[in-house]
Amino acid sequence: MLNNKLHLKQLVILSGKGGTGKTSVCASLIHLSSKENHPAVYVDADVDAANLALATEAKKGESFPFSGSQYAMIDPEICGQCGKCKMVCRFSAIDEPNRQHHSYQVNQLLCDGCAACVHICPESAISMHQQQDGEWYHSLTPYGHLFHAELFPGAENSGKLVTTIKQHAKLYAEDHQIPLIIIDGPPGIGCPVISASAGADLALLVSEPGVSGLHDLERIIKTLEHFTIPILICINKANLSPNSTQSIYQLAKDNNLQIAGEIPFDPVMPKAMISAQPITRYDPESLSAIAISSVWRQVQLALLAKV
Amino acid sequence: MSIIKIAVASGKGGTGKTMVATCLANSLVTNYPVQFIDCDVEAPNAHLFLKPRLTQSQPAIILIPEINKDQCTACGKCVEICEFHALAKLGSRILVFPQLCHGCGSCTLNCPEKVIFEKSRSIGNMSRGKTDSGITYIMGELTISEPMPTPIIRQLKTMMEEEVNISIFDSPPGASCAVVATLHDADFVLMITEPTPFGLHDLKQLIGILKQIDKPGGVIINRDGIGDQKVEEFLSGTNYPVLMKIPYQNEIASGLAIGQLMTDIIPAYNERFLDLYRRINTTLHEPKVMD
Repeated sequence: MLNNKLHLKQLVILSGKGGTGKTSVCASLIHLSSKENHPAVYVDADVDAANLALATEAKKGESFPFSGSQYAMIDPEICGQCGKCKMVCRFSAIDEPNRQHHSYQVNQLLCDGCAACVHICPESAISMHQQQDGEWYHSLTPYGHLFHAELFPGAENSGKLVTTIKQHAKLYAEDHQIPLIIIDGPPGIGCPVISASAGADLALLVSEPGVSGLHDLERIIKTLEHFTIPILICINKANLSPNSTQSIYQLAKDNNLQIAGEIPFDPVMPKAMISAQPITRYDPESLSAIAISSVWRQVQLALLAKV
Repeated sequence: MSIIKIAVASGKGGTGKTMVATCLANSLVTNYPVQFIDCDVEAPNAHLFLKPRLTQSQPAIILIPEINKDQCTACGKCVEICEFHALAKLGSRILVFPQLCHGCGSCTLNCPEKVIFEKSRSIGNMSRGKTDSGITYIMGELTISEPMPTPIIRQLKTMMEEEVNISIFDSPPGASCAVVATLHDADFVLMITEPTPFGLHDLKQLIGILKQIDKPGGVIINRDGIGDQKVEEFLSGTNYPVLMKIPYQNEIASGLAIGQLMTDIIPAYNERFLDLYRRINTTLHEPKVMD
């Protein structure tokens, strides 16, 4: 097949609210896509709480360091203790001298990396240092290749690490003519979510019924609409609160969005998680597995419809 | 009476941070002055349960550079200075990219011609009020499509009342810089987890932060019974004790769905949260053992 341009599609799984079941549903979609011979490359974009590798029995592959930010360091030998650095720092990241330290000191965890202190210091006692913010990995699962990362605790989650692993996943997919990338997204609506959904052909929102679930679903919908990313919604734990589930249908209707299906609350889910297996593999006859399979069919139809 | 700040965080999303934080506040306010700060500005939820009457509102701002184009010589010093590529030189013009700006003020300070001024740019909203039960309530909400929650969290903290005895911070999920901004000035971190592999993995991330900032903390295992014992086994080898276990109950889930406080669904928990607070207070006032 000469000159066959790969039409690579990206599916991102988001929610707004944390804990709705993104990773569990994503793991099942990964299993189904592999089982049905629809090859895909997988990305875990929830880099500060990365669980997809656990859910898909990933064998951690080669690791690569990631450096996204830098921090300031004050040379205690040169510091003249004028305090100008502390006056100029807007991030409360500089501590005054005390009994243990006779010079001003930078709190690395709070340092924003802006270097304002470097430029203001009359003694040139401050310098910037690159720091490693995390690691990313190219790993193998029984279902295909996974690109994932671990942000070091407290590090800046600016979306750069998400963008890095997505880029590598995309390169791998293009090199191997794999037409689909499935991305497990983070909670919230900020930078990492925006990076995870950039370029997505479809966002599957895993919602849960209830006042919190509804409130945050509305916020992620507005965010994705701002960035013109097509949306499909599924309702997880749908039977826990039927009235609240109805509110999700209403919200979808108000925004002209489709509900791809309802997944019932299933006490077997944690057991599947403990076995490091997607529920569709652990217990394919369970109500939640059947429901997720149905959602997967809707996702495939939506992806096909997007040319 | 001592002043204490308790942050409620988790690592994994959806473990019950907001549930615990709101119930803790509600149980304590009958006995002590309490203020509640919802630091999960991307997706704040606590107001749905504590139902505050919000009486003050102000924008959350970042100071971004505004360049006097008539006097700018396009020397490009500001572009060099900016660590975040929020300024760029195009011919004889300097462009500002507001969403990349961290508001550090460095370009303004270092412009040789002194032609940069700072203007406020709103990235969200902050509100203050009181609940019917008397909790001082502070919350923030990031504007849709804005990338950075951390500047709002910092500004929320400046709205706190200094003399209130107990402050409770409801943290965002995860273990990144927004969580650090929430926890760094807390006296104690209450970590909420679930007894599953995801819960354990993300709890370890959160503990990683606590170790870096040398904070005391303790753990509440929520939805106890749904998974396995590995969280407890892991914690037994750390300095972070299990302070409470909340067994999974369907009534809790369905009550939360309609905006009920868990302590209204099962009132016996009121005393448990009061007791939890007393134990945290005692831990903090115990003399430290010298190594």
